[in-house]
Amino acid sequence: MQAGTLSTFLKRGAIWGFILFELIFFSVAGAFLSLSDKAFMDLDNMLRLFKQSAPIGIIAMGMTIIMINGNIDLSVGATFALCAIVLLDSLTWPIFAGLGDWVIPVSWALALLTGVLLGAINGLIVWKTGVDAFIVTLGSMLGYRGLVFMYNGEQPTSHLNWTLVDFAETQFLGLHTATWFLLAVTLVIWFLMTRTIHGRNAYAIGDNREAAVNAGIRVGPHMMINFMIIGFLAALSAVVFYSESGSVNPNDGELYELWIITAVVLGGTKLTGGAGSVISTFGGVLAIQLLRKGLGHIGADTSTVNLVIGLILIAVLYLDRQLNRKGAEELKI
Amino acid sequence: MAQLTKSDIGGFLARQGILVAFAVFIIGFTLANPRFLDPDNIMGVIRSSAILGVMALGVTFVVISGNLDLSVGSMMSFSTIVVLDLHDKLGPTLAIPAMFAMTLCLGALIGFLVGYLKLNSLIVTLGMLSAIHGLTLTYSGGKNMDIADKEGTWFSVFGQGDALGIPVPILLFVLLAAFLGIVLAKTPFGRKVYAVGGNGVAATFSGIRRARVVFTCYLASAFCVATAGLLQASRSMGSQNTVGQGLELEVLAAVILGGASLLGGSGTIFKTVIGVLMLGFIQNGLLLVGLQFYVQYVVTWVIIILAVWLDIAAKRGTLWSPIA
Repeated sequence: MQAGTLSTFLKRGAIWGFILFELIFFSVAGAFLSLSDKAFMDLDNMLRLFKQSAPIGIIAMGMTIIMINGNIDLSVGATFALCAIVLLDSLTWPIFAGLGDWVIPVSWALALLTGVLLGAINGLIVWKTGVDAFIVTLGSMLGYRGLVFMYNGEQPTSHLNWTLVDFAETQFLGLHTATWFLLAVTLVIWFLMTRTIHGRNAYAIGDNREAAVNAGIRVGPHMMINFMIIGFLAALSAVVFYSESGSVNPNDGELYELWIITAVVLGGTKLTGGAGSVISTFGGVLAIQLLRKGLGHIGADTSTVNLVIGLILIAVLYLDRQLNRKGAEELKI
Repeated sequence: MAQLTKSDIGGFLARQGILVAFAVFIIGFTLANPRFLDPDNIMGVIRSSAILGVMALGVTFVVISGNLDLSVGSMMSFSTIVVLDLHDKLGPTLAIPAMFAMTLCLGALIGFLVGYLKLNSLIVTLGMLSAIHGLTLTYSGGKNMDIADKEGTWFSVFGQGDALGIPVPILLFVLLAAFLGIVLAKTPFGRKVYAVGGNGVAATFSGIRRARVVFTCYLASAFCVATAGLLQASRSMGSQNTVGQGLELEVLAAVILGGASLLGGSGTIFKTVIGVLMLGFIQNGLLLVGLQFYVQYVVTWVIIILAVWLDIAAKRGTLWSPIA
């Protein structure tokens, strides 16, 4: 095997190797340290793990496209919260009172539309002004959060619709509704990125924007569509999560962007764009959730989880640099 | 004699648009509420901006050198908690240098990772944001920190005292800004920071040790964060362990508002101070007009985008982006 193929193989497989390592480590360590007598690899535990990965995982799929595109979106947490408010609030609007349970699809549609709209605003600004996506979404992260607060002050917005709760708690073939959504989104985005022209263009633009422009790709609209996709997914994530919980605080979704970016980077997507894979992001999401759950299982508290995830993120960045052949060819400076 | 043409005026507006907008805001706020220009109010705003401002000074160095620092918020929580904890254990005289040393160690670690190992600063500082937050929680055991004997210590002088009739936080902010401003504008090191941020490869070929410059920038940032932590701790004499959460983005907003490019190589300490004050005054003005605190988020959003957009538009000569 050539060195190049080997390193590619290592990089591709790294996240799954890491997940395997986590599973073994927490199973073994859990047997000695855990306070509960249940095994870590318990089936219920693993099913819950998938379900708990869903809110972050669904958005992470969108973030993968955005980052492959060479952009970044810091506003997803605020978008998530705003869509959740639209969802829960619109369920109680008097106009829809006559609809009975048919209000649910209407509210879902409204929430998803809000997400698309917020994404479109980001995308349009990036496209038309040429301001870097980091700054645009840093601004809208503040701005959208302001809109969240303006909607209902500092009060939580709550509404429990039991039909929705039942739907969210259904288990089909053993998997929860949220898990099905995560899997479906992963599949669709995977298809989009590997089997369509849009996906190929995303890689091309992220790899070399100038060349993509010269090749006739309409970069602006393309990026705007991607921002609309991530807005949609942030809304979908909110829809899935808040259908069950039924109450949203104005601070919900804060720091989501950090967890999501961590998951995507763990999955091997480059910040500079042009490289990355949806399936690896799925691995990254699972790895983070496993870590949180596993550390909890062996009795560590939140502080350790934060510490470990931060250090792992840096370690992954370092290892990736060492494994990356392209790095060796660069100027030694 | 230079003739003033339409494009000159356009160019001036684009370059100085942010100051023009600031002036419009001030006039508007003053008309709406005359108390806005009251000296007490102005002092109050500067004083409450001082903590954010001190952090922004350090981040300006990092941004000019072409990197980012997202860890300043959780690092500030760390130094606040540490100095409060050590205050009761060692006394203020030892606690302050010990806290500075510990914060500088964190800064050195980031500087090593970004400068010498050449890792992406966004990801490194994102990781450090999480890691330092965890460190703070572990250190404090998840509890809030309070100084036991609030009356019998001189520690409150940094946050609450006056010197020469000026509140100490403002004095420290001004002195630090003046010192760092001179370092950045008038010393060889300052020029190296611009060179590294402007074109790292060219800087290396001119014999500048890029890694060392980046490393020093992160040390400067950590020093500023430690000062901010000291101000925060001394102002409130007790603190939650999430006191700095989210500040990294506000700091970055102020620096960007001041006109520093995230690509590196441009920006000044003076402009950052303007950016910080602008955020502070807009926040204060909106409150005085009777709006809720969260309206400032939306206003800040609009202002940041406009500021950066006009800046870019002035440089490329067209308002709209040439992207197809």
